[in-house]
Amino acid sequence: MPKVTIDGKELDAPLGINLIEAAEHLGVEIPHYCYHPGLSIPGNCRMCLVEVEKIPKLQIACNTRVADGMVVHTDSSRVKTAQQAVLEFLLINHPIDCPVCDQAGECKLQDYYMDYDDQSSRFELGKKNHKGKAIYVGSDVMLDQERCILCARCTRFFDEVTKTSELAIFNRGEHCEIDIYPDRPIDNKYAGNVIDICPVGALTSKDFRFRMRVWYLHETPSVCSGCERGCAIDIDHHRGRIYRFKPRYNPEVNSYWMCDEGRYGFGVLQSESRATRPLYQSVNRLLPEPYPAAIRRAAARIREHGEANGANAIGALIGAHSTNEEMFALKRLVKEVIGSDHVGGLSFTPPGLSGDDKLLIRANKNPNTRGLIALGIGADGVDRLTPPIASGQLKLLIVLRCDLVRALGEGEFLKRFGPLDYLLVLDTDLSETVQMANQMLPIAAYQELDGSFTNFQAHVQRLTKAFDPPGESLTAIEVIGRLGHALDDIDRSKTADAVFADLAASEPAFAGMSFAGLSDHGAKLPLERSPEPA
Amino acid sequence: MERYLSRWLDIKDLHKLDVYEAHDGYRAARKALFDMTPEAIINEMKSSNLRGRGGAAFATGVKWSFIPKDSKKPVYVCCNADESETGSFANRYELEFDPHGIIEGILITCRAVNAHTAYIYFRGEFTGQKRCVDEALAEARAKGYIGKNIMGSGFDVEVWTHRGAGAYVCGEETALLESLEGKRGYPRNRPPFPAIQGAFGGPTVVNNVETMANVPWIIRKGPDWFKAIGPEKSPGNKLFCLSGHLNKPGLYELPMGTPLNEVIYDIGGGIPGGKKLKAVIPGGGSFPPFTAEEAAKVIMDFDSVRAAGSQMGTAGIMVMDDDTCMVGALLNVAHFFRHESCGQCTPCREGTGWIEKMLADIEAGCGKMEDLDKLISVASNMEGNTICVLADSLAMPVKGFIPKFKDEFIEHIKQQRCPFQASSQLQSAAAG
Repeated sequence: MPKVTIDGKELDAPLGINLIEAAEHLGVEIPHYCYHPGLSIPGNCRMCLVEVEKIPKLQIACNTRVADGMVVHTDSSRVKTAQQAVLEFLLINHPIDCPVCDQAGECKLQDYYMDYDDQSSRFELGKKNHKGKAIYVGSDVMLDQERCILCARCTRFFDEVTKTSELAIFNRGEHCEIDIYPDRPIDNKYAGNVIDICPVGALTSKDFRFRMRVWYLHETPSVCSGCERGCAIDIDHHRGRIYRFKPRYNPEVNSYWMCDEGRYGFGVLQSESRATRPLYQSVNRLLPEPYPAAIRRAAARIREHGEANGANAIGALIGAHSTNEEMFALKRLVKEVIGSDHVGGLSFTPPGLSGDDKLLIRANKNPNTRGLIALGIGADGVDRLTPPIASGQLKLLIVLRCDLVRALGEGEFLKRFGPLDYLLVLDTDLSETVQMANQMLPIAAYQELDGSFTNFQAHVQRLTKAFDPPGESLTAIEVIGRLGHALDDIDRSKTADAVFADLAASEPAFAGMSFAGLSDHGAKLPLERSPEPA
Repeated sequence: MERYLSRWLDIKDLHKLDVYEAHDGYRAARKALFDMTPEAIINEMKSSNLRGRGGAAFATGVKWSFIPKDSKKPVYVCCNADESETGSFANRYELEFDPHGIIEGILITCRAVNAHTAYIYFRGEFTGQKRCVDEALAEARAKGYIGKNIMGSGFDVEVWTHRGAGAYVCGEETALLESLEGKRGYPRNRPPFPAIQGAFGGPTVVNNVETMANVPWIIRKGPDWFKAIGPEKSPGNKLFCLSGHLNKPGLYELPMGTPLNEVIYDIGGGIPGGKKLKAVIPGGGSFPPFTAEEAAKVIMDFDSVRAAGSQMGTAGIMVMDDDTCMVGALLNVAHFFRHESCGQCTPCREGTGWIEKMLADIEAGCGKMEDLDKLISVASNMEGNTICVLADSLAMPVKGFIPKFKDEFIEHIKQQRCPFQASSQLQSAAAG
């Protein structure tokens, strides 16, 4: 490995990395705008100029690969002068409209100005060039040409990642501007990524614009539940509301990107139809009751049916939207505590949604179908549970995170599940299935729980609780734990890491894994891992 | 002095193939194809000390020697006919009047680097010149000088002509390659250098038109003949483009090493109207000017001009008399580079515009004293910090004009007006 020295610190650098990456290994920041590790290197912003000994001119760190014996200075007076100069140049024609700019607070112009420039302008304000502002360019992207520093990250993203090339640089010199071609707006399912990678406020989200100052937002790492890819995301939230999703780097799953379907999918997680109190059916009406009473009611029904008709009178149908921990906890409750064989899973994708594409989007819109399979529950639960229901053996069904009425249609639902005596639904929303249920226990949505999903490539990633669930809702594992306690008086794990530890200890597919080991990039199921190179 | 670059002045219809053949045309190519190995050609070029005529003065033979001998990708040769440096107008004549000389040079270059595809990249405005070359290519193709199995040698070369869209920066070799590939004319980062990864990812030689025109002569007459012309390290004849305040402006073929004063007074006929020389830009608008006193000592070859604090560039010599406003002249230069900056690198994109605005203020009588230091500081911040040298091409004149003619800049600021009523004349003269 080449040995490089950056600001006096030595590094045995991995072959082929550039000086920005090498400096990062040493905890040294080399400021940059145009460089993005997921894109090609244009070297146009000139912010990352550093001094490399034995080379007379300053070199751009982004396009300089480490070489053995290289001695680099990122804080010499020459470098500092160049950094100040670049920032001064970038700002002379910048509108400096930070007070009304959505990017303020997460803007690299602001940050670097404070860190590397911090000087008064020598440019007369009245002489700034003016360009277009607040231009809608399609796919939820708003363009402000004056704020743009022409780093070309967005054009490279559309050229290199989506290969749709909707954005380009027009005109020349100081009149350069990013724009779409006439009457050819941005039209691709990954457009939101250009908003993320824009280092300034030139590209902003029409959805997010003016809704929240970013410094009020908290960032919680999680996983997108929009499809079986499970892109790593950050949930940006404030006071119990999600304001946006942003992709989080995961080289194993989604690299730096996510699709717009997932990005703008958070609306359904906090919709008006969220259930906030346990409900039970009384003379064709759903009435609320406190959670302890609801648990007692559910446990009583389970106990009654078990005593009257045997353990196999009780069953569970688990949706592929449940976390690994929820699936495992409910499976164990039904199989081990209640003693029934009737546990099945359902992975349902409504018709008319996007199919597999070459980048990230998957046709299967369930985040955890692979988890159902890895846990031995399978995804054929509807077909497997229909015969015992029809034969009258299975009378009480616990349904976790699946809207059966929506999946099957009302006729089919009634045909298959109509004979049930008791339908107990654990879900987040007042779905059509809930309307048909005897009892509903409201549970936490993904932003309100700790847990994990197993994506279609058998990669397990962690979700982190961003804030509390609304009203009286509890996490599903808490509800299942309480139900268990009501049935056998034994206290059981109700936290995700404890449930995951039980899961890893008893499920062969997850053998040896730990919840802590899923931090950052997650981990592949042991049996799915490619053999270590000898 | 033997005129070999501008033989059309002596030979009528040199652009026609039969005339060109009658005057030793394609004999050098025949020699290169049948009597010389590629290594021998490169060695002859190296020992001739021919340096690139496009402005950077890099040794041509050395450049060719960088092309990998065992490239798996096709090797390309590009002839740079994007002549657009201010004050430069040599290539356009060569393309019109001696196209076969250039084609022959390209052919020999292809043989030397084992390329079978060559491109001639024309400046966008060179529609007529491209037509001349296309006609010459058709003649050469019909006679078997290009195409398959050239002159029965078994060596193939196809030459394509391509016209740019009118950007000065596309004369920069990597921007030229981008443009040739159909992309926006942006200079590329180096490494990789074009010799390793140039056009379409293949190793590529890019040489100026005038460089190509020298090649057949060196092959035919030998490096010693060539080296005997002018200084040993910077030999050969050069096409000098004389413009500005001269009695006889125009294109002149002169040996390297001709004193600048001789060029101005003997060749160019001196300054009209009995006026005195104030300043002369020796190599196109990208370089600092000489004052009359400095000019008297300058010898016109690459190294001497560099040693004197400017550069010979394309030998686009622009002469300014003592009625010329230096602020206006520099503003004109700044206007050009602001307009031609591709906009890729921050310092150039923003700096060229800022400098033009400051100079326009001074010229319009609303400049401030601190602008002078600011201009130098902004120019220094641009210099050396960008992908290509377009930023330097404005920074250098700024850092040349202001200290050399500081009094004039100060007068503009003090009087709050341009003291030269006729300052606009220079701008139209330089532009024309």
